[in-house]
Amino acid sequence: MKCARLGKRLGTLALALLAGGGLPAWGKSGWDELNMPRGVTNVSTRIYALHMMAFWVCVGIAAVVFGVMIWSLIFHRKSRGAVPDVSLTHSTKVEIVWTIVPVLILVSMAIPAARLLVRINNNTDSQLSIRVTGFQWGWRYQYVGSNVSVISKLSESSTAASMMHSGISATSVPHYLLSVDHPIVVPVGEKIRLLITSIDVIHSWWVPDLGVKRDAIPGFINQASFTIAPNKTGTYRGQCTELCGRGHAYMPIVVRAVSPAAFQAWLKQQSALDKEAAAGAPATGVTSS
Amino acid sequence: MAESHDIAVHAEHDQKPHGWRRWVFATNHKDIGTMYLIAAGTMFLIGGLAAMAIRAQLFKSGMKLFDPAMFNSLTTMHGLIMIFGAIMPSWVGLANWMIPMQIGAPDMALPRLNNLSFWILPFAFTLMIASFFVPGGAVAGGWTMYPPLMQQFGDSFPMLIFAIHLMGISSILGAINVIVTIMNLRAPGMSLLRMPLFVWTWLITAYLLIAVMPVLAGAVTMQLTDHFFGTSFFNAAGGGDPVLFLHVFWFFGHPEVYILILPAFGVISEIIPTFSRKPLFGYEAMVYATASIAFLSFIVWGHHMFTVGMPVAAQLFFMLSTMLIAVPTGVKVFNWTATMWRGSLSFEPPMLFAIAFLFLFSIGGFSGLMLALVPSDYQYHGTYFVVAHFHYVLVPGAVFAIFGAVYYWLPKWCGRMYDMRLAKWHFWLSVIFVNVLFFPQHFLGLAGMPRRIPDYAPQFTDWNMVSSIGGFIFGASQALFPYIVWKCVRSGKPVEANSPWEGAHGLEWELPSPAPYHSWTTPPSAAVLAHGAEH
Ligand code: HEM
Ligand SMILES: [Cu+2]
Ligand SMILES: [Cu+2]
Repeated sequence: MKCARLGKRLGTLALALLAGGGLPAWGKSGWDELNMPRGVTNVSTRIYALHMMAFWVCVGIAAVVFGVMIWSLIFHRKSRGAVPDVSLTHSTKVEIVWTIVPVLILVSMAIPAARLLVRINNNTDSQLSIRVTGFQWGWRYQYVGSNVSVISKLSESSTAASMMHSGISATSVPHYLLSVDHPIVVPVGEKIRLLITSIDVIHSWWVPDLGVKRDAIPGFINQASFTIAPNKTGTYRGQCTELCGRGHAYMPIVVRAVSPAAFQAWLKQQSALDKEAAAGAPATGVTSS
Repeated sequence: MAESHDIAVHAEHDQKPHGWRRWVFATNHKDIGTMYLIAAGTMFLIGGLAAMAIRAQLFKSGMKLFDPAMFNSLTTMHGLIMIFGAIMPSWVGLANWMIPMQIGAPDMALPRLNNLSFWILPFAFTLMIASFFVPGGAVAGGWTMYPPLMQQFGDSFPMLIFAIHLMGISSILGAINVIVTIMNLRAPGMSLLRMPLFVWTWLITAYLLIAVMPVLAGAVTMQLTDHFFGTSFFNAAGGGDPVLFLHVFWFFGHPEVYILILPAFGVISEIIPTFSRKPLFGYEAMVYATASIAFLSFIVWGHHMFTVGMPVAAQLFFMLSTMLIAVPTGVKVFNWTATMWRGSLSFEPPMLFAIAFLFLFSIGGFSGLMLALVPSDYQYHGTYFVVAHFHYVLVPGAVFAIFGAVYYWLPKWCGRMYDMRLAKWHFWLSVIFVNVLFFPQHFLGLAGMPRRIPDYAPQFTDWNMVSSIGGFIFGASQALFPYIVWKCVRSGKPVEANSPWEGAHGLEWELPSPAPYHSWTTPPSAAVLAHGAEH
């Protein structure tokens, strides 16, 4: 009894703690801060749907199983005078049911997952290919079929703030740790194929809104592709997701999605800049984003 | 004359040597079990301190307590210490204490081997922890030790590999001992399908250990020769393949996670019937489910590598095999639930931990199921969602089961009862704050926070703070545990009956309390066996 009271008191404390830490997050941005983003590609929205389906299936199973457990905890306790039914040790019927039913649930989850998996790994018919090379610590992008190449590293403002004893507060830096000096630019509405590799250790290229995560492995060229919905121009940010040494947290990815026309203009301008650079003039990349 | 006197004196003292000799030359299963548990507790403390340091660094965005390289060393060593230093030796310690008592044997079958497998460990742990202090610091490539990154560390790299070799030898010797003991020293009449489930799950775990520890040893040795002897197993520039290491590592790694959890399944299967005052539901199904989980654990390793670019067919295979594991795992949870159903439940500390295990391990199982769906895993992989998943199965899973086991059997070990009120405090603090600590990490992962990073974007601060606060309180509450055990051993109220738990069955409860030094010097009679039988 005493213990139940104690439990309640501690429960209140935990709730207070959760509320104290958690409510600001809710206030600022609501549910989205707590869940997977829907993203801006067909694949990312389908992954989101699969994720939510799996989540609700789990919630459903939990409601039933935890419900039965809680029922027992409340009504089959000794302090209520419950008498154990010691004959209840085995039931082939029940055991068959709780083996078959999970199998059926699993099959119903596996089918859409398998369909989507096959769809995601189809990298044919792309309109643009970009070679992505991870290095310690940044990304190099080469637009196949043109001489344009972008080296993308953590932005100067984030780098400065991230130093030991920098004295710069993280919140004062726009997109702290999620901004780079030279973002890549891609067109919306076109299927873009990435050819991903690394020159040193394993990295992983991830942009949640695009629904793409692929490892960059030395000696391998991995493929991934995405098509951003035509109305979804904007800036999408991600990070390296494979531990790659002390700079692992400091090699973000920034993708600027623009209209195909704007993309062509950007490519032409970059190409001219790169030629100049090759001719000796210092390269001036895109401004920090 | 003198000789017979000596013998009499020795018999009185159970023939144990005194002072340091008793421990250094230990061959008694209880002494060795105790040393394993103390060593594991020490490593739990060190690994826990590393965790506190990690949570302090992650308290808010822009925090800079440690250099990123040091932070990576901390996460790497935290993982290695907890897995190889805390959880595995705890299970071996419990196996040492309980298997002979539960099967009606006087001791383990190979006592000298037992001594060796324990005494290797302090050297292995010292070597591993000492690597913090060599130039360049401890290995910082994650407990998964992926090359080529792993090749970039200094002297700590060979030290860690040698430590892993030692721990592997210790585990294999321990596993051989468990198998030989169970196969040869069971009381007459205790057929395999009458063994308690803790014995069963440990038997299966021992086979897993023998199967996969050599695989790990091989994988790290190939890294060693790549580094020092010019081979190129994992070096693409020399015609090797870094992904090969991932395959070999996870062929070890997935069975390894079941090495950590199967004995916990055994413990929970002992505790729940006792405090439900009802035999375990579906005993045989439990045995077969454990065996199928162990078998399946060898064919699911690819689910740790969905993003490395395996062929679609391979990804499909690993997705389906992984989902299949959920079936026997579900059977186990349903059987435990059915054991409580129409029982007569009481809530002593071991039962509290077992109930928390049921709920929270299941949550880890649910996130595991979500992770098995490859397209979703593309988004979850390498994020805090995975961190939340494996901490749910390992902390309120394996660690809570270890606490439950100690609270269950401690009165038998020392013939004294611990302070129940304090133990309940330990429970409630642990169960509440383990959730405050790990539940928000699901949100962080989904919102896009990668794992193994020393600093993060400001929008992740709120939930990291909640998680850190939960971590500090959870960590601090664990100080209660050694205190409760110490107080019990020193001055707990003596337990007169063979069993302090009215619903307990099993041979260990047929022995007097405290259990005699040489557990069953004569095999239990058929009558005792029948009395102790649980099913
Ligand atoms: C229903 C059963 C389970 C399923 C379906 C499952 C599935 C998975 C999957 C798919 C991953 C890979 C996630 C990723 O990195 O993308 C994973 C990671 C992990 N799981 Fe489980 N799991 C289950 C139970 C367990 C248990 C019982 C344990 C240990 C007691 C465990 C420990 C781990 C660990 C340690 C990792 C992370 C390894 C690392 O990357 O460092 N899992 N699990
Ligand atoms: Cu990285
Ligand atoms: Cu696994």
